[in-house]
Amino acid sequence: MSIDLSQFHQVFFEESFEGLQVMESSLLDLDCESVDSETINSIFRAAHSIKGSSSTFGFVDVAEFTHVLETLLDQVREGSRQLVPDLVDLLLQSVDCLRGMLTSLQAHEPVNTEQSTILIGVFHDILEGREPAASASESVSEVNPPPQDKPVAAAQSAAEDEVVTWHIRFVPDVNLLRTGNEPLRMFRELAEMGELEVHADVSKVPDLGGLNSEECHLCWDLYLSTTKSKSDIEEIFEWVVDESDITIAATAGLFGSTPVPAAEDDLDAPVKDVEAAVITAPGKEKPTEKQPAAKGGAQPVAGKSSESTSIRVSIEKIDSLVNLVGELVITQSMLGQLGTEFDMNKLQKLQEGLAQLEHNTRELQESVMRIRMLPISFTFNRFPRMVRDLSKQLGKKIELKLIGEQTELDKTVMEKIGDPLVHLVRNALDHGLESPKDRRDAGKPETGTIVLNAFHQGGNIMIEIIDDGRGLNREKILAKARANGVIGDDEVLNDDQIQELIFQPGFSTAEQVSDVSGRGVGMDVVRRNILELNGSIEVKSVEGEGSTFTIRLPLTLAILDGQLIDVGGQTFIIPLVSIVESLQPDMKLINHVAGGCDVFRLRNEYIPIIKLWEIFGVVPHSMDLSESLLVVVEVGNAKVALVVDDLLGQQQVVIKSMETNYKKVDGISGATILGDGTVSLILDITDLIHMAGVHQQSKNGLKLVSSKTRAA
Amino acid sequence: MSAAEERIYDNSDMDVSGRENDQTDQYLTFIMASEEYGVDILSVQEIRGWESVTPIPNAPSHVKGVINLRGTIVPIIDLRQRFGLDKVEYGPLTVVIVLKVATKKGARVMGIVVDAVSDVYSLAVDDMKSAPDLGDHVNTQYIKGLVNVNNKMVILLDINELLGADTIPDVSINAIKEIKDSQQ
Repeated sequence: MSIDLSQFHQVFFEESFEGLQVMESSLLDLDCESVDSETINSIFRAAHSIKGSSSTFGFVDVAEFTHVLETLLDQVREGSRQLVPDLVDLLLQSVDCLRGMLTSLQAHEPVNTEQSTILIGVFHDILEGREPAASASESVSEVNPPPQDKPVAAAQSAAEDEVVTWHIRFVPDVNLLRTGNEPLRMFRELAEMGELEVHADVSKVPDLGGLNSEECHLCWDLYLSTTKSKSDIEEIFEWVVDESDITIAATAGLFGSTPVPAAEDDLDAPVKDVEAAVITAPGKEKPTEKQPAAKGGAQPVAGKSSESTSIRVSIEKIDSLVNLVGELVITQSMLGQLGTEFDMNKLQKLQEGLAQLEHNTRELQESVMRIRMLPISFTFNRFPRMVRDLSKQLGKKIELKLIGEQTELDKTVMEKIGDPLVHLVRNALDHGLESPKDRRDAGKPETGTIVLNAFHQGGNIMIEIIDDGRGLNREKILAKARANGVIGDDEVLNDDQIQELIFQPGFSTAEQVSDVSGRGVGMDVVRRNILELNGSIEVKSVEGEGSTFTIRLPLTLAILDGQLIDVGGQTFIIPLVSIVESLQPDMKLINHVAGGCDVFRLRNEYIPIIKLWEIFGVVPHSMDLSESLLVVVEVGNAKVALVVDDLLGQQQVVIKSMETNYKKVDGISGATILGDGTVSLILDITDLIHMAGVHQQSKNGLKLVSSKTRAA
Repeated sequence: MSAAEERIYDNSDMDVSGRENDQTDQYLTFIMASEEYGVDILSVQEIRGWESVTPIPNAPSHVKGVINLRGTIVPIIDLRQRFGLDKVEYGPLTVVIVLKVATKKGARVMGIVVDAVSDVYSLAVDDMKSAPDLGDHVNTQYIKGLVNVNNKMVILLDINELLGADTIPDVSINAIKEIKDSQQ
């Protein structure tokens, strides 16, 4: 009869994480002065549904924790408790804690209840009206042993709290089970509140012949010794109170530590389960007084990628797809009919039909693409919290503005852009913005501003990270670069080139390292990640006024802007993003260096020439360089010039994998289908450079050549 | 010729009564250099005319290139060159058989260029003779078996062996000849 609940786990996790997201953003929106009841309600609802479903799935730790959380929220909702900033902090910590627990559950790891136990302790303190320690993060470290170890806790707290034994008479409706309520679950919850004794009354159970397994003929007498109030108990029966007969009355501590009388018959089996739950659930781990993980910005968000493989699509998007497919089918049948009895009189109709088909196809394509698109707010949402935590930690006043949150972006791109963005925002907070004092001295408002702006431009999405801080210190960067040997002593760079230096590997000015940024991910990694997405990043900065980082990303990874080129009569595609410029070579500027590599002088740079026809073993139109064209491409700061026969045009191409049916081809990153239906191969520039034997090291070699030439 | 070997059926009388219980497989056969080869019909996806392909740089000579098969990139392999036979000019009658090949990395779709498509036979598994040992110089791994159809030998190919591997073994025309000689 049992249903395998694990099939719903994925949905549960997705819903719960969504709920946590709601809780977090609502909490951040909360204004303690004037509490919006709708916001509180939405937080409460989220907590409530996590509690409900987690106990359904038997995630006891989560359910227990959310229960306490919910109790507290309930008081806030009813207005009986004032919402203070410390409480908001505490609630935010609980969100983190829950997220950590759920993440480990999802990964089938044991749940670390350390933090939750500590937090539960704090919540209990608050609930019981004790003075919560001054600040949340401090208090967390000095809480009493938490009451999670029920038997122990019950005994311990007895001194302070009045343990009341409640007698609960629970006479459920016959249809209790049919309405999806499981008494066992309620008892389990009760058992978590304190010591519970359950006595089942089986007197009304009919004979086996007349027994309908879906009907509930049992009723129970429950004795619960707990510190909880009557309303807490009532809450557990919230769902069934209308149909059932429930009386809750306080009794004297009759049952102290009397063991439960032996079960009268087999029908008591569930009760044994309850017992077992009481004993096994708590104390999986001895609570220790370790430094709490809840301190500051240390969020227990597991580093493991919890990238879900499913995607939520709004019903409208699906409906429009269904509509379009319907249209397509109609057009197809129309064309089919036309085809069976075609004569030249119907040519006009055929053309109309084809036009309609084209129209349908394009719309269908767009809708399908849109399914993968999500608003960028999914990524932006994490920043208010981060900025809040960091501004506290750094003692800076920061205002975060999010613009264009509804800008849509491909899901895959979104997942990969998160980390680089976090890095950039952290950088802006830590290095960019000054302390309030420095800002005052500089004649700026104390509160610094960080703007995250997302918008569409052409076929790209642009994300700007703007701060009004101190800007890049060019002198410092230049000095550092010279010291590191990134640039030569006599090289003169313009402002843009200096700013570009911060994207160099291993480049960090010493004073910049702090525990906020400088965690190992350098700007070079940020840039590499963005390049991997076929995007680009640039920085503009005015000293004293702030910096702007602009990230340009393709809307989707499946489409690429390509330059079509002709090599030996074959059409290849170069990703437009890697092209610096295309030109007709001046033979005077081409040198044949001893190693056999042709080098082309482009303004101040010497660029190795790669003959595509040589690498691909095709016969070019002309072996003579002067009759060919050079396409200068750049990958990770290395420039090379590709020799091509002709430039054909630019177009967006859909990337298809070669590996699906064949294998990886050197120098080729994929294939695409051109307008005429033929296949064209897309060049992999990094691979090509490798194939041509022009490695990164040769850059230094070329540097030498360049300085020699200059000396001469 | 044993009686068993003569139990062959071509596609015109496929539903031979009384034979349903015997295990028979259907094979699509094609002609190449006047030899008849057969492949399991279940692996055949479609048969197409020859169309121009996009060559793959630095690919082995028998890999002619890739085509666009309704949005999928499909490599085309010239089986003649693959077997070391003489190259012929492709004409309007040149045929590409698109096959689904099971490899270690999952199913792949590939096209093979052959001279002409011949027939479809239902062949009993019992009638299949495994290829004789032809010594070191012939790789018989890719030959599933040999079978006689109307006194003509058909070489049944194991396309998974033949096209599934990344490195494609060389098969010379001499090997085919020797198989034929040893049969007769």
